[in-house]
Order: sequence, then structure tokens, then C-alpha cells
Amino acid sequence: MSWLTEYVRPKIRGLLKREVPDNLWTTCESCSQMVLVRDLERSLKVCPHCGHHMRALANERLAWTFDDGVYTKIELPKVPVDPLEFRDRKRYTERLKDARTKTQLDEAMVVAHGKLGGRDAVVAVMAFEFLTGTMGAALGEAFVAACRLAVLQRAPLVVFTASGGARMQEGMISLMQMPRTTIGVQMLREAALPYIVVLTDPTTGGVSASFAMLGDVQIAEPKALIGFAGPRVIQDTVRETLPEGFQRAEYLRDHGMIDMVVPRKDLRETLIRVSGLLGARTTPLPAELPVLNAALA
Amino acid sequence: MRQFLDFEKPVAELENKIAELRQMADGDGINIDEEVQRLSEKADKQLRAAYGKLTPWQKVQVARHAQRPHALAYFERLLTDFTPLAGDRLGAEDQAIIGGLGRFRGRAVVAIGTERGHDLESRLVHNFGSPRPEGYRKAQRLVQLAGRFGLPILTFIDTSGAWPGIDAEQRGQAEAIARSIDLCLSAPVPIVASVIGEGGSGGAIALGAGDRVLMLEHAIYSVISPEAAASILWRDAKQANLAAESLKFTAQDLLSLKLIDRIVPEPIGGAQRLPFDAVDALGEAIAEELEPLCALDSATLRTLRREKFLSMGRDSLN
Ligand SMILES: [Zn+2]
Repeated sequence: MSWLTEYVRPKIRGLLKREVPDNLWTTCESCSQMVLVRDLERSLKVCPHCGHHMRALANERLAWTFDDGVYTKIELPKVPVDPLEFRDRKRYTERLKDARTKTQLDEAMVVAHGKLGGRDAVVAVMAFEFLTGTMGAALGEAFVAACRLAVLQRAPLVVFTASGGARMQEGMISLMQMPRTTIGVQMLREAALPYIVVLTDPTTGGVSASFAMLGDVQIAEPKALIGFAGPRVIQDTVRETLPEGFQRAEYLRDHGMIDMVVPRKDLRETLIRVSGLLGARTTPLPAELPVLNAALA
Repeated sequence: MRQFLDFEKPVAELENKIAELRQMADGDGINIDEEVQRLSEKADKQLRAAYGKLTPWQKVQVARHAQRPHALAYFERLLTDFTPLAGDRLGAEDQAIIGGLGRFRGRAVVAIGTERGHDLESRLVHNFGSPRPEGYRKAQRLVQLAGRFGLPILTFIDTSGAWPGIDAEQRGQAEAIARSIDLCLSAPVPIVASVIGEGGSGGAIALGAGDRVLMLEHAIYSVISPEAAASILWRDAKQANLAAESLKFTAQDLLSLKLIDRIVPEPIGGAQRLPFDAVDALGEAIAEELEPLCALDSATLRTLRREKFLSMGRDSLN
């Protein structure tokens, strides 16, 4: 069962060693200004000119979140691959292979444990770079594994979401990840462990309508697109101009759907504080914890 | 007036011919019995043949047939003492989801369903069966009510999906669906969910996390509509037929993938032909599934329900 570790580990080492040349520039997709890639790495991929939060890779999130950027990834459970033998313009197995080669990830979620503000924490990060963070069986299983790990370690779970919705190529197996991931959240709840969701750009579809909206505390990154239906689908249905800032993090906050919008530079500190407060129980636990977790462990 | 689908054209022609014959013979004293008999048998044979090998795309048409019995028809025929309940207690009432108290074969239950309506007026009232957050929040309230009073929950799913509107997003459509799934999964009472027409994605699973999930023979239950899948995956809306083949959303596909528990046969020619027969058949199946669930205590029920969903998709591990 070490295929995953063997596959991923050398690549991560390579990634960490990567040197960025001093003169490499990129363009901010929001303000179109030139930005030094080196500067971006220091600013957590936030544009120094306009404050635009660029999309981050799953591995970058992990490094930014854990103390000293130190963490241990867990091996994700195996799931049946391509049970529908799906083929659209391309075979699903081909799409998976390409995504793995391109991202050096096994699926659209990575799960790691380590220290957050000196305390144990489990962090699950969705990788938008992997087939637009779509949710299939592997992702559902990864999320449930993250919940189980948090229960085992009696640690809080932080999840960073980024998803285009369901993995259509897995048909109804994909839809069933909505109840499956919700069961993961219930396991945390019954173990009285904090579950913190950080919604990043974009979080839509089946992910938003399941574990992404069930956090004890809901945080979002500035301007992140968050919603159930995509803006284009809504536009096609209602044939109205969508309001300014519609489905953006600030809009959700103003409509009572999330607790706060937190800039990336303050995220780690916020997570440490919130998980610390939620984890600092001042009244005793109920004498009898629900037996359901035990039955499922 | 019976509405015929494209693939039912030969049957429609035969049935028209029979009607014409009857009209002609009316008062004429001509004996048409033999000819009518012959044509009826032929029509029946064609109907049987067509419905015996419906393609996934044809099933989409059947599942969406305007004359199929909708949730309200099931409530009316399967429940006695039906008492509709309304409102989310947060400021709104959404008739896309209907529900209430009633007796199912003598047993008090809570029934919840997505209702599409049957004519223009009722379709507008029910928003074509596409719920807004307030609909899901009403459902959540009913699930909790059922839990408090130990009443089994019967859900009837028939929706093209949750309403993709500005207002729905503003009031938290995603959260409303997530919370509905959450509450169904933790309900301390049995839940039997039935897909009676179209089970449209997140809007359907919101009421679909049951101990038993039943589907009518020609119902569909899909993560995305074949039309949308065609335009996204094939970049060609005309490929809906192909998308329908690929998505494996028929009751037969889903039973073999072990994502549903039972298929309830429909009358020949679909539920729209003999709505009462279809409703009664589903009622019979629900009764059979519900009976053993009612004997389980709430902790066992919840554990089994979770295990059921957690095991989905693992079985076929190759
Ligand atoms: Zn910029």
C-alpha cells in the first residue's frame, strides 16, 4: 500500500527545493500589473498592487498553514477508479492520468497533520488544480479519512475548499459524496471537535452544498466565489443582470452565510485563535458521548 | 388528453385509429369490436416492446412526463388524515416542497416531497418543483418534528434541481441543502426516500439520504441533467442522448451500482398511463421497506444509515 507514498514523496522533495529565478515575472489577472514571482511567494500569492488573492496550490496551503510549514501527509484510501467507464471527449482515466502528471497530486484533496499554534491539527486542502477540485469518490473518501484522523488524534479539522462541483464523470457516485462527507462532519461534531471551513475561490456545487457549509466556523478569503449554482447557470435561468459582488465572500458575509472574510496573511493566526478557543472547553463533556463514532471507527 | 412522447408515435397512431373507429361506429350499429380488439392488442404489444427497452434518453422523457403522478398525487392516495404543514419559520414558505403529517396504512408519518405541479397555474405555485432555501428549511423543520415525535419520514423526490436563482443564492441555497442532508442523516426515525420522476442532483439528495432509497422503474436520478452534461463535457448541447447513456442514471444502473435499494415496477407504458396503479405499487413497496425499519431503535437506525452511505462505491473496488 506504499504506492502513494512512493509516488508522492520524491516529488514533494523536488517541489521544496525549487528555486525561483530572481527575474521571473507574472501578471496579476485582476489588475494586469507585473509582479515578481519571488515577491508573490513571500506575499502568499496576494498581488502587492491590488490585493487580489490568487489561487493557491494545495501544497502551498499546507506550508502556509502549519507551524514552520512542517506537516505529514497521510496516504489517501484507495477507491475504485472509473466505475462508470466514462468517456466524453476524452476518457476519464486519461483525464485523471493527465491531472496526476500535471499536479503531482493523486486527487483533488490532500490531507495532512501537524502542529497549528503548537497544538495538533488536521488540515484537508482541496486542490483546484486537480480537475477543478471536482468531488468524486476519492475526494469523499479523503475527507472522511481526514475526519477520522481528527477524531483519532482528538484534533480540530481545518478544511480549505476550492471546487467546481461534482465530478460528473463519476455520475451518481459523485453525488453520493455529499451525504458521505456530511457523515464525516457528524463524526467530528459528536466527538466535540472543532471543524473550521475556509472557503477559497471558487467553492461551488456539491462541495458547497455539503461539507463546505457545515463548519462550526465559516471563514472565506476575500472575493472568493462561493455558491451553489454557478453564475452562468443563474444568468441563463433568471435572465437578469447579477448584482455587483454577487456570490463573492463579502456578499455571503453580508447575507449571514459566513462568519468572516479573512485576508490570507491573517488566516493562519485566525485559525490558531479560533481552533484554540473552540478547543478550550471550559465545561465538562457530556457524561456519555454518542456511541455512533465508536461503531464507525 | 393523453400526451404522447416521440417514441410512442406508433402507439398514438393506433390509439387514434381506435378512437376514430369508435366515433364512426357510434350509433351506426356497425360491429367494430373485432377491429378494435385487433388494434388494441397491437398497440399494447408496441407499448410493451417500447417500454421494455427504453433508452436512457427516453427514460428522461418518461421521468419528466407531465402526466406522471407527482408528489401530491402520492400524498392524496397513500395518506389518510393528511395535514399539510407550511413555512420555514424564518420568514418564508416555498411550495416547491410540500409536506405534512398523515397516516400511511394506519401509521402516523411525516411526508415530504418536491412537487412540480400539473398545469401552468400549479407549476407557478410550486416553482416547477425547484425549491429555494426556504423549501429545504421547511423540510428540515419537518424532519426534526418527525424525530421529536418518533414518526417515520417518507420523501418523494421529483425535481429538475434546486432553483438556480439570485434570491436562492442570497438566502444560502448551498447551506440549506447541506443542512437538509445533515438532518436526514441524523434523524432518529426511519426514512424511506422514493424517486418518483426526476431526481435532479443536489436538489434531490437533500431529501434522499434515507435508510431505503426506492426508484420507480423509469425514474432517473442524476448528478447533472444530460442536457447540461452535454454542453459542459461534450461542448455540444445536442449530445444529450450520448450524455444520458454515459451518466448511468437509470434505476437499473443505480441498483447495479448499489446506490439505490429497490426498483418499483411501473405499469406498461409508464406511471403516466395508469397513475393510480403506479402510486399503489410504490405504496406497497414503501410499506414493505418501512415495516422492518420501524422495529429498530434510533441509534441502530442512524448507525446503519451511515454505514449504508459510507459503504457506497467501495464495494466495486477492483
Ligand atoms: Zn493585482
